[in-house]
Amino acid sequence: MYDFAYHRPKSLADAAALLKGKDEARPMSGGMTLIPTLKQRLAKPSDVVDLGGIKELAGIKVEGSGVTIGAMTKHFDVSTSADVKKTIPALAYLAGHIGDPAVRNRGTIGGSVANSDPAADYPAAVVALNATITTNTGKHAADGFFKGLFETALKDGELITSISFPKPEKAAYMKFPNPASRYAMVGVFVAKTKDGVRVAVTGAGPAVFRVKAMEEALAKNFTSAAIKDIKVPSKDLNSDIHGSAEYRAHLVGVMARRAVDAANK
Amino acid sequence: MTLSVAMTVNGKAVSGKVEARTLLVQFLRENLGMTGTHVGCDTSQCGACVVHVDGKSIKSCTMLAVQAEGAKVLTIEGLAPSADKLHPMQEAFRENHALQCGFCTPGMVMSAIDMVKRNNYQLDEATVRRELEGNLCRCTGYHNIVKAILAAAPAMKSAGV
Amino acid sequence: MTAETGIGARVRRKEDKRFLTGTGRYVDDLPLARATYAYFLRSPHAHAKIKKIDTAAAKAMPGVVEIFTGKDTADAKMGGLICGWVVKDKNGEPHKAPAHPVMALDTVRYVGDTVAMVVANSIDEAKDAAEAIKVDYDVKPANVDLARALDKGTAEVHPEAPGNLIYDWEIGVKADVEAAFAKAAHVTRLDLVNNRLIPNAMEPRAAAAEYDKGTGNYTLWSTSQNPHVLRLILSAFVLGIPEHKLRVVAPDVGGGFGSKIFCYNEETMVCWAASRVGRPIKWTAERTESFMTDAHGRDHVTHAELAMDKEGKFLALKVETIANMGAYLSTFSTAVPTYLYATLLAGQYTTPLIYANVKAAVTHTAPVDAYRGAGRPEATFVIESIVSKAAKELKMDTADLRRKNFIPSTAFPYQTPVALQYDSGNYPPIIDEAIKIADYKGFEARRAEAKARGKLRGIGFSSYIEACGLAPSQVVGSLGAGVGQWESAQIKFNPTGNVQVMTGAHSHGQGHETTFAQLVHDKLGVPMDQIEVVHGDTATTPFGMGTYGSRSLAVGGSAIMKATDKIIAKGKKVAAHLMEADVADVEFENGTFKVAGTDKSVPLGQVVFSAYVPHNYPHADTEPGMDENAFYDPANFVYPAGTQICEVEIDPDTGVVEVVAHTAVDDFGNIINPMIVEGQVHGGIVQGVGQALLEAAVYDKATGQLLSGSYMDYTMPRADDVPSFKLGYKVTPCPHNPLGVKGCGEAGAIAAPAAVMNAVHDALAPLGVKHVEMPATPLNVWQSIQGAHRAAAE
Repeated sequence: MYDFAYHRPKSLADAAALLKGKDEARPMSGGMTLIPTLKQRLAKPSDVVDLGGIKELAGIKVEGSGVTIGAMTKHFDVSTSADVKKTIPALAYLAGHIGDPAVRNRGTIGGSVANSDPAADYPAAVVALNATITTNTGKHAADGFFKGLFETALKDGELITSISFPKPEKAAYMKFPNPASRYAMVGVFVAKTKDGVRVAVTGAGPAVFRVKAMEEALAKNFTSAAIKDIKVPSKDLNSDIHGSAEYRAHLVGVMARRAVDAANK
Repeated sequence: MTLSVAMTVNGKAVSGKVEARTLLVQFLRENLGMTGTHVGCDTSQCGACVVHVDGKSIKSCTMLAVQAEGAKVLTIEGLAPSADKLHPMQEAFRENHALQCGFCTPGMVMSAIDMVKRNNYQLDEATVRRELEGNLCRCTGYHNIVKAILAAAPAMKSAGV
Repeated sequence: MTAETGIGARVRRKEDKRFLTGTGRYVDDLPLARATYAYFLRSPHAHAKIKKIDTAAAKAMPGVVEIFTGKDTADAKMGGLICGWVVKDKNGEPHKAPAHPVMALDTVRYVGDTVAMVVANSIDEAKDAAEAIKVDYDVKPANVDLARALDKGTAEVHPEAPGNLIYDWEIGVKADVEAAFAKAAHVTRLDLVNNRLIPNAMEPRAAAAEYDKGTGNYTLWSTSQNPHVLRLILSAFVLGIPEHKLRVVAPDVGGGFGSKIFCYNEETMVCWAASRVGRPIKWTAERTESFMTDAHGRDHVTHAELAMDKEGKFLALKVETIANMGAYLSTFSTAVPTYLYATLLAGQYTTPLIYANVKAAVTHTAPVDAYRGAGRPEATFVIESIVSKAAKELKMDTADLRRKNFIPSTAFPYQTPVALQYDSGNYPPIIDEAIKIADYKGFEARRAEAKARGKLRGIGFSSYIEACGLAPSQVVGSLGAGVGQWESAQIKFNPTGNVQVMTGAHSHGQGHETTFAQLVHDKLGVPMDQIEVVHGDTATTPFGMGTYGSRSLAVGGSAIMKATDKIIAKGKKVAAHLMEADVADVEFENGTFKVAGTDKSVPLGQVVFSAYVPHNYPHADTEPGMDENAFYDPANFVYPAGTQICEVEIDPDTGVVEVVAHTAVDDFGNIINPMIVEGQVHGGIVQGVGQALLEAAVYDKATGQLLSGSYMDYTMPRADDVPSFKLGYKVTPCPHNPLGVKGCGEAGAIAAPAAVMNAVHDALAPLGVKHVEMPATPLNVWQSIQGAHRAAAE
């Protein structure tokens, strides 16, 4: 990779200062995306600001009836947290299926959400559970946060500090992995709350999206039967050697139904 | 950017000069001459580079050396308790012919030890196969690797490791 | 020698200690003082003319020692990378042999083609400089679709190969076969693709070289499966460095599977440049680089037809195949889809008439050459797929149709209609054993149970035979091979009684340090820890042909046995002298020489010591020393055979195919170390499952870019993609080698794809799915199901 200046600040304020005004400076959370990118020389940052030394960014708290997860919390910790398993087991399940065991020891929720990889798992949970993303400069609602391919509502230098997930009545995540990369070819997170149902799909399009037709049908009748005839259009879905757009559209239906069945168990 | 880095590797304090971009696996192989940890891919998938950092299995090809500052690193070279005694996992791999060319073996053994401990020394075949998602082997077909790990779990427990 | 350590014992491996403790020495591990690092600039285009290469800016960059391009290789009058097997076409003409330059001269012909080599003080400095090399390309249309490669108008890869045809080859008498088809009661037809694979040994290819100015000697370390062959090619054809001035060392090598047999561009350049640069040079491929430049495997498009009588007896088989050579002819490429493929088309069957036509085509893709099985998986896939299809069409049980056509055990040696003569075999007990282990009889109940859960189960057979233990030299020579295929052994005792066993074979996972030691231990009685097997270094081992083609035991092991015979013969003369007896009365057993009918004995160790300290010695007719060489040229190929049965369960909603069980019963002749054999079968099966369900090297048809260029897109089999396997064995010893062994290294990969795909087809048949190509990925299976639904609706 190209060389860079490395920093490991101890506070959020120091991190923000290191990133301020430097177009080519990049924050690093778990490094599970950034380091491979740097190894392939696809990026040439002047500075890499390692957020791993900022203690206040990691940790899981039960807040209200939901959970708030620090941005630097590792996937392993989310997947094994007694609090997360008790409050939103679907979230623990999702975290436990990201990457492989070694990746889960480094990868973080903040990194995943800030990156908005079209095949990442967390964006589906954030949108389906209507989470709130807290940063060093404010808060973002889930809807509208993931704007497109690797694009979020975060401004330059804005760092996620934590994500708060309200507790759903029922929820589940079903992922169909790409056979090679094991990223989500289609991942569907379904959540039922007193306000209705949200169905968020990752992997199938350029960014996470909701399926309104499924949400409406499930709000009336939260069973897989209720959505069995709802088809997602294949136009604008991703297409590659592992899955055509039509196949992904089909899988959205399959995974959504399986998620509802799992949520009802 | 050149930096100094200091850590403990296999119980011994080590230090060296690295660049910010130096990967932990490069520090181990090139600075320390410990070539037991291998590089098999460039997309962080094959697992040949797995070591333990502060007790956790880590892909050393996807971690900067500077990120291991002050950490306790355990590599394949540090497993055997003595020159003529092997760690139960190493012993189980040999006993069950769980290696052929040996290239994936260091990462496989390190991942396996981590798997056994995380699962409280209780494993079944399905769990082992699933937990090996991050370790590729082209020679063995995994059959004997699974056998070795299932045999090693109770052996590790009795040996208290 | 005990039951735990001799021939037939599950001896644990000696080599494991270093691999398990991280003290192996692979090429990239070698510490070379003052080393420089090489990095190759590669073509980003599948087909382009190089108008200009400007290395001026790059040469001036920090840390750069030297930069070489194709022009430097031409100025040095370097030979091209050879293809060592001259295949003659239908008209007796040698195949077209386009030039294969070590680095591209004026044309690049595949994405990854070698354009320049940068040598620098560090790898990052080399990469920085490579980025500063300016190459002016004139991009041309690319030919990457094999099915279209020979069509008129397709972009030509080489002017020396008009229409992209390398050869149009055939075996068998077409007219006789057509006559049989005309009279047949039933004909089954099949079109299939044998998908292109990338071997992906876990250790990427690597090379390092240094030149000793004082002696003029080169040392090349390479991840080679055959260091002597590499040395011979470099010396005689490419670089002209005399063999006795070039040492090639293949130290620990992390897997090969065929991909490390060939003489490649990078190791050639690293070797050559070592004397120009004056410091050692190290090069290690990155994985994405390996994807682009390791020889790929398989890649056939085939049309096959099987003619039968009304009872299902096979009357004739005809096969037409187009085989991809890639952009350049790799070292053994031409032989793989001809002599290693079509000669196996009889399979285990008595089919009396066979005709095969193979057209080899060049395309703008990476060179294609031998990969585990090399031609035999392709042959087995054709036969076993068409036989299973025929069974379905005839509404016969798939095992019964096979049994009906098996070569009977009384017919050996059996001369097939496709040149090969099978030496020994007995196929019915094998399929019976496989059926028992797989509980074939209980399958329909399992299929029904799965159906109740909404899943589709299928079962598939694959009864393979293969020709390995390469090879009788005269036979392959007559077919166009440029080399012989014998093997060597040297058994060198030391005065204190321990022994070094040098072999021309090479172990890159096969466990020779243990299994070859077992042979010597068993025959000579030397304890296992007193035996050191040495391989992989042209300076210390006799010339050998290397390890591939499941040959090391059948050929290399036989050479060792011949050398032990020589040791015993000499030892008897020395022992007779020591015991004051007649040589004719001396017997050797369990490491001891005895005089028959007496209690006189002398151990081998004493005989060895005597030979090195010959104070009381038969000098009149016996030289001192105990150091014997032997070379062994096999009389025939060896013919392992077996039956695999695969059971799959398919989720019709997603197309995911799960292998729920896989059985393999093999006849490998006598077995030296069952544990090693099991490991070879396990590994081979998983590579076969990989071909059937997961792996595909995919080039973009428009641009020629390798879409499956990393593990993110090329699906390697993982532990959770396969189950544990059930194995069984039958034994019909090989009659023509001293050990009675048949090779086992490739069998798993040869048989498995057909077993898996026959199971997939069996599972999907009730839905009306007629044909699924490999790999049967979830997408592919789902699309096949949708296609069948649409066809049914019409």
